[in-house]
Amino acid sequence: MALQRCDVEKIAHLARLGLDEGDLPRITDALNSILGLVDQMQAVDTHGIEPLAHPLEASQRLRADLVTEHNQREAYQAIAPATENGLYLVPKVIE
Amino acid sequence: MHQLTLAEIARGLADKSFSSEELTRDLLARIQQFDPQLNSFISVTEDLALGQARAADARRASGETGALLGAPIAHKDLFCTQGIRTSCGSKMLDNFKAPYDATVVTRLAEAGMVTLGKTNMDEFAMGSANESSHYGPVKNPWNLEHVPGGSSGGSAAAVAARLLPAATGTDTGGSIRQPAALTNLTGLKPTYGRVSRWGMIAYASSLDQGGPMARTAEDCALLLQGMAGFDAKDSTCIDEPVADYSANLNASLEGLRIGLPKEYFGPGLDPRIADLVQASVKALEKLGAVVKEISLPNMQHGIPAYYVIAPAEASSNLSRFDGVRFGHRCDHPKDLTDLYKRSRGEGFGTEVQRRIMVGTYALSAGYYDAYYLQAQKIRRLIKNDFMTAFNDVDLILGPTTPNPAWKLGAKNSDPVAAYLEDVYTITANLAGLPGLSMPAGFVEGLPVGVQLLAPYFHEGRLLNVAHRYQQVTDWHTRTPNGF
Repeated sequence: MALQRCDVEKIAHLARLGLDEGDLPRITDALNSILGLVDQMQAVDTHGIEPLAHPLEASQRLRADLVTEHNQREAYQAIAPATENGLYLVPKVIE
Repeated sequence: MHQLTLAEIARGLADKSFSSEELTRDLLARIQQFDPQLNSFISVTEDLALGQARAADARRASGETGALLGAPIAHKDLFCTQGIRTSCGSKMLDNFKAPYDATVVTRLAEAGMVTLGKTNMDEFAMGSANESSHYGPVKNPWNLEHVPGGSSGGSAAAVAARLLPAATGTDTGGSIRQPAALTNLTGLKPTYGRVSRWGMIAYASSLDQGGPMARTAEDCALLLQGMAGFDAKDSTCIDEPVADYSANLNASLEGLRIGLPKEYFGPGLDPRIADLVQASVKALEKLGAVVKEISLPNMQHGIPAYYVIAPAEASSNLSRFDGVRFGHRCDHPKDLTDLYKRSRGEGFGTEVQRRIMVGTYALSAGYYDAYYLQAQKIRRLIKNDFMTAFNDVDLILGPTTPNPAWKLGAKNSDPVAAYLEDVYTITANLAGLPGLSMPAGFVEGLPVGVQLLAPYFHEGRLLNVAHRYQQVTDWHTRTPNGF
């Protein structure tokens, strides 16, 4: 089932990507081409096969619950687009 | 001096034939002279390099030794470098000066390496031609009308053109091995978890792995020694002892069992590349290796599975670029959603947007089982194929790429055409196995690579075989005209 323009608009919204209206036909074609490639997977018999998430099947290591990081707020905020009084500035969210 | 390998530089610095500062100045001048033709660097870090070179010379003067002490390096521009732009080839991070160094950068700097700059790359490492970079395409020094491969294309072009002896790369689906093959270099993707990913800007976290790119296997051994090892900061890094990669370079290949997967020699492979691969097999047989045909029946499913898993992980990883904390922010956002959408729409290039959308779709409600889960099951089938093969052979050998470097722009209209070029490299990422590409000849003046794959943590075996091969061949010593 090929994606339609409205599907692509929905996906772009979910991904919070602002796309130019004029690019939508081209993007729709490209995504359908990629999904056509991906759909070749559906012919593979994977019945009874466990999914593999980590190539070495390692699980997350745990560590002692101790403070290991120190506060670097100023270093991190120095590269932010807009800050004030140690806070990140964004457009007004609540009217 | 620019023809010297890392190993030769180590000897030259040790016997005081030249200082690190002299070498650094020589190479910085070469970068200035030749890089305008190649576009292989995004940033040249002259002041940092000269400071590090003087410090390395001082350490040597005080009696310190070390193979990498005072030797030059450049980092793919997705390794975070403190206070230095780390762009990931993207407009999104054009203004991003990383607040810390990646573990790989820290380790190589502590070993005394001199950072000459940050190399060009496909945006967020998504590409096989280095054409998706915000900073423009990189040219292949073997033919300036052709691509150098990608995504570590800047590292490859710079080392191939003798602008410096070695560089770091990263490999998510072939991004070290494929550009190494297309530019006549030796490039190694280590076992997943062998090299810390901390400070490496993530593309697909379960596939990404950093590694060395250089002209010889001997140099890759020196560099991997400096990069590899456990790092508590990377939760997927493996706590396994690191072998001495240089110690076994000359080990005998007598009785080494090499498997040639029949699927690697089927339709789609340029017959001239097939001939060169067979010639490399003959050379290894002369060194004592025993060759047999094997089968990796699920190889063909690697690309479709990869183009679900990698975009899915990318769509999640790249959600951090929101225009709030760092990176590109659009002008005059009218509300928060507009801030996110326009910052990301303006900051990401076409290929990155495509992969984010493919990943978002594959992970969306109702599609997860058909896409992501199915891809992970295929991933297991591919791993099982390798495990079965490694019961019978010590090493797998085949072409690194089906074709030599293509012309700039030739595969831009259809993303899928470029994806198919990664058919031989992608399965090693899905299985997490180490792989190496080494120079094996030329087709119409363009380099061809042979890929070696080994069981987990057997990087030393790959380096040993490549080194012995490089003792009896001279492909890796060829220099592109004009450089």
